[in-house]
Amino acid sequence: MSGLLDVRDLRVTYATGGGGIPAVRGVNLSLDRGDTLGVAGESGSGKSTVALALLRLLPSTARVTGDVLLEGENVLEMKWGRLRAVRWVGASVVFQGAMHSLNPVKRIGDQVAEPLLLHRTVKPDRVGARVTELLEQVGLPASRAQDHPHRLSGGQRQRVMIAMALACEPRLIIADEATTALDVMIQAQILALLRGLVEETGIGMLMISHDLSVLAATCDRVAVMYAGRIVEEGPARDVVHRPAHPYASALSAAFPKIGDPASRLAPRGLPGDPPDPADPPSGCVFRPRCAVAESVCATVDPPLWPVHSGADGHADRHAACVHVGPGSPSKESESVDPTGETSTEETSR
Amino acid sequence: MSAPTEPTPGTAVSPRALARKRRAEALGRFARDYARNRAGLFGLASLLTIGVLALTAPLFVDQAHLTITGAPGDGHQPPSAEFPLGTDNFGRSILDLIIWGARVSLTVGLLATFVSVTLGTLAGITAGHFGSSGGVGGRVVSSVIMRVTDWFLVLPTLVLAVALAAVLPRGTGTIVLAIGLTVWPPTARLVRAQTLAVEARPYVERARALGGGHAHVMGWHVLPNVMPVVLAQTTLLVATSIIAESTLAFLGMGDPTTISWGGILQAARTSGAISAGIWWYIVPPGLAIAVVALSFTLCGRAVESVINPRLRGGAG
Repeated sequence: MSGLLDVRDLRVTYATGGGGIPAVRGVNLSLDRGDTLGVAGESGSGKSTVALALLRLLPSTARVTGDVLLEGENVLEMKWGRLRAVRWVGASVVFQGAMHSLNPVKRIGDQVAEPLLLHRTVKPDRVGARVTELLEQVGLPASRAQDHPHRLSGGQRQRVMIAMALACEPRLIIADEATTALDVMIQAQILALLRGLVEETGIGMLMISHDLSVLAATCDRVAVMYAGRIVEEGPARDVVHRPAHPYASALSAAFPKIGDPASRLAPRGLPGDPPDPADPPSGCVFRPRCAVAESVCATVDPPLWPVHSGADGHADRHAACVHVGPGSPSKESESVDPTGETSTEETSR
Repeated sequence: MSAPTEPTPGTAVSPRALARKRRAEALGRFARDYARNRAGLFGLASLLTIGVLALTAPLFVDQAHLTITGAPGDGHQPPSAEFPLGTDNFGRSILDLIIWGARVSLTVGLLATFVSVTLGTLAGITAGHFGSSGGVGGRVVSSVIMRVTDWFLVLPTLVLAVALAAVLPRGTGTIVLAIGLTVWPPTARLVRAQTLAVEARPYVERARALGGGHAHVMGWHVLPNVMPVVLAQTTLLVATSIIAESTLAFLGMGDPTTISWGGILQAARTSGAISAGIWWYIVPPGLAIAVVALSFTLCGRAVESVINPRLRGGAG
């Protein structure tokens, strides 16, 4: 039970002038050493807020409740000094947008050495050697340590960020949209690098992205977030290829498939906007955009129910939809098409 | 440009040598860009001349001739071959006084600038940093610092400096302190604004995420990024400080035992040189102050136009 990371009922509320706006509404996550967990969701779903809450990096206007157990220790209750020690040694972050996450006036080597010197994990005379080692680990020549960030390409900078994240040999790496701004070839290289690092060192990785295909290629398990909650959670292959929740299904269908004329003729996005977190709809928050919504959805806000996939009946997958839960209106709950029966027929024509 | 500096794989060009070469290139580029700015060159040349003269003054100015008792000439002699700028009321060579006075004026100007820039940078970075990332307590600290800054800002600088110079024991140190304590608020405001801009950058968030404390963020990330602003402000402040020093000395707040440009002006006024039409007693020290202040400003603007690419096109 006491894995590497255990998040229980995490709630984040941003204080604004007219009361609080809930950005994260009761998220549970767990992660073991050597595992990778992906968190997907559209902009504003709260996935980055979850990532930042794990190390208490949110602005002071955010109120965070729940438990974040990192190796059994509650991050949210730590004293300031202990928290600073845990940052980067216990868990480190690969930030979104490496372009701006490097200080333009400092050399690459000095910036990679920054956590080493702050946490004194290596002796001062060993720092240079360790920086060389880290840069080589992410596939950069040691001579790059002498350069300023503007001499590096986007992919190289992202590699520097990863080297920096690895500096103190953390047990957990949080990759927040680590490959979002990169072109696909570099993205593939970075993903392979991250995957290799997890396999080699047995660290845990929490990967946050809006791109389900990235998560499917990298992660063992995937959680899909919508409006501050996890709506589906399970093995990456199942969630991406046979989603149970209509939102997860729409997210996975939103990627055009190469060589499939149907997806080109009828691109399947999701109409509408995410709900206003200050004034969410009653019942299931996804109801206004859901193609398979029923009258019961307006009153019931479904919790995460196990999805019984197939006859073997073991549930390592959960989804928050009335179609999945006990006594669901539709008996064949294995896969729900978000755009409804009509569009299925259209595309199969 | 980048291709030849790239190390060929396998062969040994050490990264350190490469970095040294690059730094030399960057320095050369800076010098070339600076040299293109003619006003900047003029400022630099005149500063160098004055600096060398001030430093080597003991070699060619006889200190005994600077005392009232050892004055070499008669009082109020007009410019001549012996005394190129004439003599003062005691018979001292005004050229010698001006050269010797440069020592005090430049020292006080530079030291006072150092004091005020240090104060202003400290106050600005602290206020900016805690204001943006210190929570409620930080915002209180930040506004207290800025209200103190505002208080110094609204006080008339000269009056405050005169009051300080009058209260503290006489001496060069007092003048430095009086100027340093009064001209820092604009620097503090400028640095605070720049700090707020830097604090909003993702690398500051990253630094906090990797366990960096307040001191680390302020010293390692913010300070290097506000340095260009601080440097530009420094060159402009040197001129202000030299003028302030001269003003205080002219008002009789300076150390009467030292010779400074403001002091010469004051001596000229009290000895009645103005009403007697002895122009060679008044014009040279005034010109000296103006030339040094102008030179520092020209240098500052030239450096700024090299550092800031947006100013590059119009400069020259």
